[in-house]
Amino acid sequence: MDVLDIARWQFGITTVYHFLMVPLTIGLGVLVAVMHTMWVRTDNPEWLRMTRFWGRIYLINFVLGVATGLVQEFQFGLAWSEYSRFVGDVFGSLLALEALLAFFLESTFLGLWIFGWGRIPKKVHLAALWAAVIGSIVSAYFIIAANSWMQHPVGVVTDDATGRPLQVDFFAVLSNNTALAAFSHAIVAALMVAGALLVGIGLWHLRKRKLEERSTEEPDQGVWRRSVRLGGWVSLAAFVLVALTGDWQGKLMYEQQPLKMSSAEALCETEAPASFSVFAWGKLGSNECDEVHSITIPYILSYLAHGDFSTAVPGVNELQEEYAAVYGETYPDDPSFGNKAGEPIDYTPVLSVTYWSFRLMIGMGAVSAGVAAYALWATRRGRVPTSRVGVYGSLLAVAAPFVANSTGWIFTEMGRQPFVVYPNPDVPVEDQVYFFTAQAVSPGVTAAEVWTSLIALTLVYGALAVVELWLIGRFVRAGVTTGDGHPTPGFTPEPPDDADDAGAPRRDRDDDVLQFAY
Amino acid sequence: MDLQTVWFAAVAVLWIGFLLLEGFDFGVAALLPVLGRRPADRHLMLRSIGPLWDGNEVWLITAAGAVFAAFPGWYASWLPALYLPFVLVLFGLIIRAVAFEWRHSHHTAQWDATWTHVITAGSLIAALGIGAALGATTLGLPIDGDGNRVGGAFSGLGWPALLGAVAVLAFSMVHGALFLALKVDGDVRLRARAFALRWAPAAALPLLAWAAIVHLRYGTAITAALWVLAAVAVVGAWTRMKLDREGAAFTAWALFLVAAAATIFGAAYPVVVPSTVDAAFDLTIADASVSDYTLTVMTWAAGVGLPVVLGYQAWTYWVFRKRLTAEPVHEEAAEVATA
Repeated sequence: MDVLDIARWQFGITTVYHFLMVPLTIGLGVLVAVMHTMWVRTDNPEWLRMTRFWGRIYLINFVLGVATGLVQEFQFGLAWSEYSRFVGDVFGSLLALEALLAFFLESTFLGLWIFGWGRIPKKVHLAALWAAVIGSIVSAYFIIAANSWMQHPVGVVTDDATGRPLQVDFFAVLSNNTALAAFSHAIVAALMVAGALLVGIGLWHLRKRKLEERSTEEPDQGVWRRSVRLGGWVSLAAFVLVALTGDWQGKLMYEQQPLKMSSAEALCETEAPASFSVFAWGKLGSNECDEVHSITIPYILSYLAHGDFSTAVPGVNELQEEYAAVYGETYPDDPSFGNKAGEPIDYTPVLSVTYWSFRLMIGMGAVSAGVAAYALWATRRGRVPTSRVGVYGSLLAVAAPFVANSTGWIFTEMGRQPFVVYPNPDVPVEDQVYFFTAQAVSPGVTAAEVWTSLIALTLVYGALAVVELWLIGRFVRAGVTTGDGHPTPGFTPEPPDDADDAGAPRRDRDDDVLQFAY
Repeated sequence: MDLQTVWFAAVAVLWIGFLLLEGFDFGVAALLPVLGRRPADRHLMLRSIGPLWDGNEVWLITAAGAVFAAFPGWYASWLPALYLPFVLVLFGLIIRAVAFEWRHSHHTAQWDATWTHVITAGSLIAALGIGAALGATTLGLPIDGDGNRVGGAFSGLGWPALLGAVAVLAFSMVHGALFLALKVDGDVRLRARAFALRWAPAAALPLLAWAAIVHLRYGTAITAALWVLAAVAVVGAWTRMKLDREGAAFTAWALFLVAAAATIFGAAYPVVVPSTVDAAFDLTIADASVSDYTLTVMTWAAGVGLPVVLGYQAWTYWVFRKRLTAEPVHEEAAEVATA
């Protein structure tokens, strides 16, 4: 493999890994903030216990997200310096604004929330959590705006001297319709991740309590029951919104990146009306579109793409020819294209990846919604399900929305190849800004260096995942605990509101699962 | 002043802010095996930086982000030229961050000791690596006319990187000790004072040397005055330490960093990466900068955003201002309870 391939694998591995933490941080952050708000409003100890239990999982996950996010900011410069130079006028400022306007908010107020129990007034303490959660959401917006600019560059003209994009309209970059669609889709998808976690873990604990014949009067019963109900409803509502925002985003993509969408369907020839593929086989992996066969449902694709049952949807073969005619049959014979210089350009993304990631995304989202519906039904009017299949299935299905989130992004990113900055079809061809992935890699960096970082990062990430899952597993099994790891049934702490009390010995210490035990 | 100069200054301020803030948490972490004799001492030291380190680290992200945003040419030359050192810094920061969180997620002495060591190791790696990167970008990297590194993976690691690494770590350790003297009570406070008093003069030397070299190469009368101010601040900090004036000593030591770093950035201006291959290849702010439009947008955003950030960060420091004392840790608490 050359530097380009290694660097792409590195970007893929580190980004997919980082994005396992991100949706959980966003989704669970919102739900923990809701729980905390409910506690402040109702004084019901069940909400406090929920805040602390889920808050702790939120924090264990958050820190790994922060740690792996650092790699994201640096690797644009490290491995993709030509990309960084090319997009510098637009892309860097979005990352810097994310740090300035979102990361500071997130990390400063999260620190205040973690250490502020009993030190600052209750409502200020709650506001600190909301500030951190809003920080996460704002951060997601800037990152998605940056990514969407690569998918659909707006607000720029080409600089005649350098050939690079020059930003002329920052508000166009921020209000890119691609970004609005992708952001709303990603945020509701994040809520599905959090909802599935609440359902899976909550059901498991409820079943365990029932089999152990624990009293249903204990506050922990209410903790798990409320968690399942909250998670279930959030998942279902989020699924509806995921479908609506996904439909919006899909229709935009048919305008902005038709080749990506036809690849999602492995639709080789233009069809009018076009049918939706349910299952495909044949040579998807080798990108020989004509060798791909699928089971289809007529008319549906035309509807998904254009909102009616008749409009034509262009096929991969036709689009490939159109792109080759406009952007060239081969890469320019220039050293900046590395090994790819003079080679033919394949404008079709890897069909097996686009086709199956798109289906996994939708399928896993639907699985998640089904599990949520089951959980709500099974826990109606105080019932507790004891079915092994139902409860362990729900626990296993916690993974489903994670897979849906990952495959959604893999589809988005792989589907835009061979471009790293995709030409915007609304702009006349001669004014378009675009950049091939083959040009983007750092010219001075050696394959040995990128191999070193790829292998080392993968190993470290793997080790971190093992420890993280072990810790979360232990913590989840232990249930609602004290700082010492011992359950305290029936104990309700009341952190003092008086900030001056901070140095005094803490009455609530025994149930203090959020205070870091430094 | 043109916007490029404003943003060069802004980037310098962000790096200085980062060194000033993360410097003490790097320092406290590096001092864990030195000053933390008992587990309770180490817990106390970690508690002093617990609520603050993550917010401090955002200064690094913002500083690097501002380099990318305002000077993508600088970002795209500097990072790949020091590819492996930067990757090492990322490792240090990753293991340090997870160690802070994971340390207290499981309660055995072995687990605790392991992650405490990881915090120290990660902080040492990060402080040395960031110092090396700053040393190299102000003293020279082997870049060609396109801003790309020549000469292989380790060609960026010469004496400038070494000097920067030592300077940042030495500064941070004394900074961390002075922070502890100000922030905690008991044995650790006394040991931190003694450490700072003993090592401050030696710890100041590499940073002063680095500033002097950059000044002698490119400096002006202003950077000369700044260098003298840095040297005076060291003397001031040391005399305050002798008088046990902890607050004044901490302030003077911070002033030393600000003045020395201002000397370095001020003298280097307008060059952001001097080339060791040929002075004609020196990368300047004009070569590396984005358009004036983008700089204007960012100026507005930073002008509104930065004061707000400074406001709420200062407020959290105020909330956690109380001096900490060693509380019994969980195991000890359990023993007391059973006794």
